Amino acid sequence: MKAKTVDKVATSVIVVLALFIVVLLLGLLGFILVRGIGQINWHFLTSAPQLLKGGGGIGPQLFNSIFLLVLTLIITIPLGWGGGIYMAEYAKPGRITSFIRLVVEVLSSFPSIVIGLFGLLLIVNTFGLGFSLLSGAMALAIFNLPLMVRTTEQAFRAVPKEQKEAGLALGLSKWKIITSILLPVALPSLITGTILASGRIFGEAAALMFTAGMSSPPLDFTDWNPTSPRSPINPLRPAETLAVHIWKVNSEGIGPDSKEVAAGASAVLVLLVLAFNLSARWIGRVVYRRMTASK
Amino acid sequence: MFKKLPFILMTLTFVLVLAACGSKNDAGTEGSNNSTGETATELSGNILAVGSTALQPLVEQAGQKFMAVDEYKNVMVQVQGGGSGTGLTQVSEGQATIGNSDVFAEEKIDDAAKVSELKDHQVAVVAIAPVSNKDAGVQDLTKQQLIDIFSGKITNWKDVGGKDQAIVIVNRPSSSGTRATFENFALGTKVEDIQGSIQEDSSGTVKKLVAETPGAIGYLALSYLDDSLQVLKYEGVEATVENVEAGTYPVWAYEHMYTKGDPDAATKAFLDYILSDEIQQNDVTELGYIPVSGMKVKRDAAGTVTQ
Amino acid sequence: MEQTEGGTVMNNKLKPRRPLREKHYWEEWTGRIYTSICVVFLIVVMFSIVYFVASKGLSTFFQDGVSMREFLTGKTWNPTGEPAAYGALPFITGSFITTLLAALIASPLSLCAALFMTEIVPGKGKKILQPAIELLSGIPSVVYGFIGLSVIVPLLRSMFGGAGVGIAAGCLVLSVMILPTVTSIMADALSALPKGLRESSYALGATRWQTIYRVIIPTVLPALLTGIVLGMARAFGEALAVQMVIGNAPHVPTSLLESASTLTSVITLSMGNTTMGSVHNNALWSMALVLLVMTFVFVILVRLLERRNRV
Repeated sequence: MKAKTVDKVATSVIVVLALFIVVLLLGLLGFILVRGIGQINWHFLTSAPQLLKGGGGIGPQLFNSIFLLVLTLIITIPLGWGGGIYMAEYAKPGRITSFIRLVVEVLSSFPSIVIGLFGLLLIVNTFGLGFSLLSGAMALAIFNLPLMVRTTEQAFRAVPKEQKEAGLALGLSKWKIITSILLPVALPSLITGTILASGRIFGEAAALMFTAGMSSPPLDFTDWNPTSPRSPINPLRPAETLAVHIWKVNSEGIGPDSKEVAAGASAVLVLLVLAFNLSARWIGRVVYRRMTASK
Repeated sequence: MFKKLPFILMTLTFVLVLAACGSKNDAGTEGSNNSTGETATELSGNILAVGSTALQPLVEQAGQKFMAVDEYKNVMVQVQGGGSGTGLTQVSEGQATIGNSDVFAEEKIDDAAKVSELKDHQVAVVAIAPVSNKDAGVQDLTKQQLIDIFSGKITNWKDVGGKDQAIVIVNRPSSSGTRATFENFALGTKVEDIQGSIQEDSSGTVKKLVAETPGAIGYLALSYLDDSLQVLKYEGVEATVENVEAGTYPVWAYEHMYTKGDPDAATKAFLDYILSDEIQQNDVTELGYIPVSGMKVKRDAAGTVTQ
Repeated sequence: MEQTEGGTVMNNKLKPRRPLREKHYWEEWTGRIYTSICVVFLIVVMFSIVYFVASKGLSTFFQDGVSMREFLTGKTWNPTGEPAAYGALPFITGSFITTLLAALIASPLSLCAALFMTEIVPGKGKKILQPAIELLSGIPSVVYGFIGLSVIVPLLRSMFGGAGVGIAAGCLVLSVMILPTVTSIMADALSALPKGLRESSYALGATRWQTIYRVIIPTVLPALLTGIVLGMARAFGEALAVQMVIGNAPHVPTSLLESASTLTSVITLSMGNTTMGSVHNNALWSMALVLLVMTFVFVILVRLLERRNRV
């Protein structure tokens, strides 16, 4: 039976290649974690980097990554959720809607470096915000928005029609229905989608090099006045994130331990992204249970 | 047509709002720059130094020390990288107080009017040495040999007295200040990029590649040299601080800090502070630069050297 | 279009047939205006990106007098030379070669992974591979670059000699990076197939491979191609990981192991070192414009494929 042998050969090729991907992934993760995890300790996670002497950490970079994420979300959540709601509830099929869809698609596939350059030209230079957290957050918001719009739209479309109809029957306005009936139902998948989309922010470097800068001023973690240049929460200070730091240490590092720092920082970054993805699912489930139980 | 008006109007308003935001912020930064202390009693203000990644560590360290001095405690120094080009752009457009650069502004800015607005402050000297992988078996190269190697005429180390090993060139991109210095003062001519040569912008990567790749040749600032590489003599002269200062080793360049016009009081104090012995004798040498004060020769933008 | 319709709805409400409570009126308007502003913002952002990049990128040709033909077909890139040459062909070909090769490596792997998940071991296969693929997509690109520089480059160097950095290293890194994108789109397409298709093929006595090869793949081909195109779009725009391993020589490469450049790598390499407004800098913006145009090409390709898929 020739067809059967062909079938067997083809199946085994598929299985072997699929397993190869699993092995590849395990190899990658193993490589990053084995080389990096030994570097991770409290001191490494909290202290400032040492350019020359070695023995420094990634504290400010870690803080910058997280703070930048918060800033970006402050910009993208209202805009992205709003855009998604528009697409799901207000947009009617037609030329403008398909045009908006095209815009979302194009925006989400712009190379990050192009968005970085745009940020450099408009936000950093023309708006005069300089290399700052705020510039970086705005550039990242451009990436994140289309993703957010898409997940929001999906989340709202997934809400059963009956819920909406019940609201309409009660004589509520459309906006009221959206905010008080649809939003709570869509919230779990909205949150999951938002967190998953933000995972990308951690890893982004190309756009940030041109907008948030590649330097981190000395931070004074006792100074929480957002206008003070040394305050960690001043949005107008330059900030180097973890991903940019890996890039810089890899290429410019002159300290004796730059290899170890790069490996350690990579491991921290990958662990962060993993934690993010896992927590997205977990939080989504918890919120879902809360929402359904309380109703 | 008429029904689309609200949509169009909304778009327009949005663009306007965006533009307004932009100009407002512009005014804000200019304001803070202008407010930089004019009072003689106590200096205050913000200094933003942007540019060269090579100079960044020095300015950062000097800035921290500067702010720790009691007299200057109200002056805030912020240092950012971004590259020499970015630094020069931002200082000439007034976004940064100081533009850090590895090269003379004349070499980067095409517009002569803009160059004449900028004031040069040379704060350190950086020397660049040719380096090779350890197994190349060569310790000394002449100017002509270097030209032949970097222009692709010599492709094997055995032709310059080394092992039978193909040469791998690790160059810098044509926009790099380090490359400009190397071409101007070591080769004396611009060379075209050879097919297959490697180009890296960052010294760390150049060092890594030259150290790991058999037969590799490249060039690095003195601060990056260590025993993972073979440092090559240039025309028999070793790249040492003494030789640079005496003017016998020619491959060096100034590190520049440009201001637009004359610096204000706080910026001037900072620039003076960098040129003081406190920084020049400690941080400058620590970071692998050579103090300007020790130089027995001077060089201008055209490359003319005077004793 | 729906905006116009929205307008008519609003007009109807301005002169209501039945009395509308004031609260409703306000609520309706807040919602409508707020969400429309969000969408308008998206449109404004996209157009301003296109506008700013294009105006910068085109000034190379209209202000600095570099001929567009020289830029697109010139093989010499020597912006500091006398006379300066701004041929970007090496970067354009570099981008296309790495992207195509990466797609060539990643597509069969992705297809196998997707088939494994949906056709061969549907339940368990999905449980093992799905999270694995999601993890892969979560690894940041600088980390891929770091791995490329510390594993792939030395490996290539010891296997083939030479420097190790080059096109081969670049497309290997890229192919792993786009693997998750391509796989997940392919898997989605395969699992969306109606069950009856498979069953009728098996009922006719076809083996699994015959079913896959003759029935399933031809049916979902446009969707599979969509996955590949989206993967290529990602590879085309990826900057840092590629720049770290490709070697960055501004030449059209003659072999896979030779150092070469892509559009993204030369932009990251030189942007910071050149001053805004100089010809060199503008030429880099022109390259960003090429990237932008290619994004549109990829999006249009995807749209065309999707249209075929629907038919």
